[in-house]
Amino acid sequence: MYPSRFQYEAPTTVEAAIDLLHRGGGEAKVLAGGQSLIPMMKLRFASPELLVDINHIPGLDYHRVDPDGSIHIGALCRHVDLEQSTTLADAQPVLAAVAPLVADPIVRTRGTLVGSLCHADPQGDWASAMVALDGQVVAQGPQGRRSIPVADFVAGPFQNVLAHDEVAVEAVVPAPAGTPAGGYLKLERRIGDFATAGVAVALDLVNGSVSRAGVGLTGVGSSTIAATDAAQALVGAALSPDAINRAADLAAEAAQPRSDHRGSASYKRQVVRTFVVRILTNVLESDERAA
Amino acid sequence: MTSLFSEISPEPAADVPVRRITVTVNGQRRSADVEPRLLLAHLLRQAFRLTGTHTGCDTTNCGACTVLYDGQPVKSCTMLAVQADGHEVTTVEGLAGASELHPVQEGFRDEHGLQCGFCTPGMMLAAKALLDRNPDPTEDEVRWALSGNLCRCTGYQNIVKSVLWAADKMRGPDTGGGGDRHDEEQP
Ligand SMILES: Cc1cc2nc3c(=O)[nH]c(=O)nc-3n(C[C@H](O)[C@H](O)[C@H](O)COP(=O)(O)OP(=O)(O)OC[C@H]3O[C@@H](n4cnc5c(N)ncnc54)[C@H](O)[C@@H]3O)c2cc1C
Ligand code: FES
Ligand code: FES
Repeated sequence: MYPSRFQYEAPTTVEAAIDLLHRGGGEAKVLAGGQSLIPMMKLRFASPELLVDINHIPGLDYHRVDPDGSIHIGALCRHVDLEQSTTLADAQPVLAAVAPLVADPIVRTRGTLVGSLCHADPQGDWASAMVALDGQVVAQGPQGRRSIPVADFVAGPFQNVLAHDEVAVEAVVPAPAGTPAGGYLKLERRIGDFATAGVAVALDLVNGSVSRAGVGLTGVGSSTIAATDAAQALVGAALSPDAINRAADLAAEAAQPRSDHRGSASYKRQVVRTFVVRILTNVLESDERAA
Repeated sequence: MTSLFSEISPEPAADVPVRRITVTVNGQRRSADVEPRLLLAHLLRQAFRLTGTHTGCDTTNCGACTVLYDGQPVKSCTMLAVQADGHEVTTVEGLAGASELHPVQEGFRDEHGLQCGFCTPGMMLAAKALLDRNPDPTEDEVRWALSGNLCRCTGYQNIVKSVLWAADKMRGPDTGGGGDRHDEEQP
C-alpha cells in the first residue's frame, strides 16, 4: 500500500508552512508525526495534493511549564517526550496518565499530542484529557494567532475547526486553580488498540475541596464527549463516596456508546461509570493518606 | 531512474518531482532518487536491497518493519523515504559488527527467541533501542518496550528472555552480568 501522488514540501518556518497551505487552497495537509495521516493516505482515505512536512521547523518540539503554572506543548512534541517527562508528571497527573496509553511505544516515538488533537479521532486519548483540563489549541494563520478551546476545536469525527491555511502550533493547559489531581483510565483489548472506553477526570483541589472539575470521555460517542454535568456535580465540596457515585452516574448518562466488536453499548457505559469511580476514589484515598 | 513503483507505473509521473535524498544507512551514506510517496520501508527493501526490514501488516500495527531513525525505533511502513533525507537509519543488517553478532542477536540465538524469524528484525531493533536507553531493564520493561511488535510464533516468552540475556551480556562480567543472571541458581 502506498499513497497516491502528492507534492512534498518541508518548510523551515511556521510562516512558510502557512504560505504553502494557503497556496494549497484546501488540497494541502500538514504532516507532523504521520502516525495517523500516513496510514490514512496508504488506505487512500486521504489523498492530499500537497504535504507540508513541519518536521524541519526548529523550536516546535518543546513542552514546558510556565511560571504561572500553564503547560505548553509544541506541535512537534512527541508522545514519548511526554511519557518520559518528569516535569509533566509533577505538573499535571492527568496528562502524565494518558501519555503511556496512546498507541504503542514505537508509534509514540513519532506521533504528537497536537497531531492527535488535529486528527480528532473520537477514539483519541489526548482530546478527552484536554477537554477535561479545559485545554486549548493555539492556531496560527495568515492573520496571526488565535486560541481555541479543545472542546470547540474538535468539530466532529475526524474534523477540526482549523482553516485550511492554519497550523496548530501548540496545545495549552491553563494553570490549575489549586492542586491538580485526577487521572486517565482506558480499556483496551491489547496494547496499541484504541479505547473500548476511556475516561479522563481532572480536578483542582483547594483545602480538600474541588474548585474546578472536568470529565472527558473517549470512544463512547461520535466524537470526544465533555461530561459537563458529571464535572459540575463535583465542584464546590470535598470528594465523598456520594459525590463520586453521582458523578459516575452522570458520566455514564453522558456517554453515547454504540455496540461494536469492542463491546455492547451498555457494557461501555458501565466501563465509563466504573472508571469515574476508580479515578475519583483513588484521588480521595491519596488525599486521605496525605492528610 | 527506474521507478520504485515499476509494478504500477514504468515511469515516474512527470508532474511530481523526484527528489535526490541521502541517507546514512548502517553507517554508510547512500543516495536515491525517490518520489515523495515512497515509504521508508520500500526505500530500504527495494532501492537499497536491505530486505531484513520486513513488511508484515503494512498498517503500523505489527512492528516487523521497525528500524532505528536517529537511534529511535520507528515503523518504516509509516514514514516517507524523503523524511530520512539527512538522517541516520539502522536496519537489522547494521546490528552485527564485522565478525561478531550484536548481543541482542546472540540472545535471540541462545534463548530461542525466534521461530519463523519474520518479526525478529523489528524485535531486535526495538530491543536495541531499549537497551541503549536502559541497560538494566526489568522483565516488565522489556515487555513494555516490545509491545508494539507482534510475533505470531514464539509467544514472547523466549523473546523477552533473549533481550534480558543481551542486557546481561552488554553490561559485562563486572556488573555481575555476563549472561548467567537468568541461569539456574548457583549453589
Ligand atoms: C497502531 C496505531 C495505534 C494507535 N493507537 C492510538 C491510541 O490508542 N490512542 C490514540 O489517541 N491514538 C492512537 N493512534 C493514533 C495516533 O497515535 C495519533 O493520532 C497520532 O499520534 C497523531 O499525531 P501525528 O503527529 O502522528 O499526526 P499526523 O498523522 O501527522 O496528522 C494527523 C492529522 O492532523 C493534521 N495535523 C497534524 N499536526 C498538525 C498541525 N500542527 N497543524 C495542523 N494540522 C495538523 C494532519 O494534517 C492530519 O490530518 C494510533 C496509531 C497507530 C498507527
Ligand atoms: S509492516 Fe509496518 S508495522 Fe507492520
Ligand atoms: S518468529 Fe515468527 S512471527 Fe515471530
